[in-house]
Amino acid sequence: MGELYSRLADDIRFAESLKACINCGTCTAICPAAEFYNYDPRVIATTVQSQDDEKIRELMSSDVIWYCGECMSCKTRCPRGNAPGLLIIALRSLSQDMGFFTESEKGRQQLAVKRTIGDQILASGYCVRPDMVDPGMHPEQGPVWDWEHKNLIPIMNKLGANYNGEGSGALRKISQDDLDELQRIFEVTGGQERYDKIEEFSKEKAAEMGLEFGTDTNSEYFQHIYTANNQKHNHG
Amino acid sequence: MKLEGKRLIWQDYQKEIADDHYFYARSCIRQTFFPGAEAVFVKILKDELGKDIHDEQHHTSCTGIGYHSDVVPFDTTMTVVARQFALMTEAGYENYAASCVTSFGLYTEILDTWHHFPEKEAQIREFLFKATGREFNKPKNLAHASDIVYKFRHQIAAKAKYKLVDKNTGEPLKVVEHIGCHYSKMFPHKGIGGAEYPYVLSGMIEAWGGEVIDYPERRHCCGFGFRQYLVQANRGFSLSCSKKKFDSMEPYEPDMIITNCPGCPMFLDRWQYALSEMEGKTYGKNHNGIPVFTYEEVAGMIMGYDPWEIGLQVHQVPAEPLLDKIGIRYDPSRKFKGKNGEDLGMPESPSYLKFYAE
Repeated sequence: MGELYSRLADDIRFAESLKACINCGTCTAICPAAEFYNYDPRVIATTVQSQDDEKIRELMSSDVIWYCGECMSCKTRCPRGNAPGLLIIALRSLSQDMGFFTESEKGRQQLAVKRTIGDQILASGYCVRPDMVDPGMHPEQGPVWDWEHKNLIPIMNKLGANYNGEGSGALRKISQDDLDELQRIFEVTGGQERYDKIEEFSKEKAAEMGLEFGTDTNSEYFQHIYTANNQKHNHG
Repeated sequence: MKLEGKRLIWQDYQKEIADDHYFYARSCIRQTFFPGAEAVFVKILKDELGKDIHDEQHHTSCTGIGYHSDVVPFDTTMTVVARQFALMTEAGYENYAASCVTSFGLYTEILDTWHHFPEKEAQIREFLFKATGREFNKPKNLAHASDIVYKFRHQIAAKAKYKLVDKNTGEPLKVVEHIGCHYSKMFPHKGIGGAEYPYVLSGMIEAWGGEVIDYPERRHCCGFGFRQYLVQANRGFSLSCSKKKFDSMEPYEPDMIITNCPGCPMFLDRWQYALSEMEGKTYGKNHNGIPVFTYEEVAGMIMGYDPWEIGLQVHQVPAEPLLDKIGIRYDPSRKFKGKNGEDLGMPESPSYLKFYAE
């Protein structure tokens, strides 16, 4: 058993997700990502089950593990009760811990997720807030969202939200004491370490690619990883 | 599948839903895109049904979107969820009601993980105490908010002013129900009706007078896919999933779509707009789309609440064709006005999708 396989096997999701895959392909048949991308969850299970560290390393450095949408449709249908979607979570975790994620176009996007969703959680206590969904970054949201975004306070007030207000209610301001508790949880449990690793490995990659790294969503590297698509990910 | 067969399956997938005294945890996405829906839920439970619901101010995001886009480790998410349970315990509640389906799926997964790995639960308790000094009891009852509306669907029907019926023909409306993947795909026994034929929304639709459409891609994901939407370069995945569903449901001429997940209605609404701009394609008649609603909004609509007070104007696909079909009264001139009638301007009209404004 190789070191990478051993580290994967230590992940609690691994034990829950892979119990002697019989290679039937039911997961691939139900998988929305397999419809869209060159993706086959059956092959993921086979590769990991081989316990071949070289193949596992290659997998964790590739675009492939980043195609899954984590809908968990595979969990419902697998006749062995396996969950390739959970296995993907374990692979992605290890890929980020070891820095393999920066080797692929889809993997590099983790910095974009960290600097948007990830940082938003600690800054506001929410994964998503209306002010974060910028119409420029989200043209698909359409003209009604554009109008709503320009009139957030009166519209949220009309719809019964407590937008940025004290106390309870939708979109209330989360107090600094609560945010401090969240920060401490991240520090105690490895969440902050994960964020730091994503930044550090990405910074190295940005230097290698000759792109300005910066600290926000306007940097060259962020804009590159947020929009780059080599058009080689889909069925032909 | 014949209805009789489904009913047999549904009998196998029933769950206990607490009758009263709920600790309510809000959803990041529902608050952002459909805050009126959460307001309707609280109003119906408190004012119409006389239930006790605790609206906790100190809870945060469960970090679910961060977890499922893989930037937040499982231990971190479990400890944040443990903190929500601690807040519930401190407030004197035992029945946890989650507005979000991603959260509900995570709570279910975490409780199952702790059941199988008690040493992990012990470790998370240590993490939480070290970080916050808090301790917690696990919920006695865990429900998604749609479970609770399902439980009281007949009481809501008894108080309703309208039915999901065409006012001119008396025929039931044709309704697509879309269940968020994490409601029951991971743990079918934790969802009403299971994963293959979930009944949580179908039960509401039937109780409120509508007819459920069974179409080929009924159980297909809406396409959120977490990182597949969050990063601009991946959004083709998200759009393609929704398109597959629209193409599959279109021949059945649905009057509306009802969803129980906070994200799905936003995607099914916005991607209809995007597809109309990209391809000039609309999925309803006369350049209308198929209106998409949360179950709380539909409950509010049939209760006769003002459509603009519950937030139907913030949908990109206009609700008016459906409101007219049911006969729900509304004032078109107030659609884009503020709470006290102040002028907020109005959105631009899309290129193809029909726009309703006065």
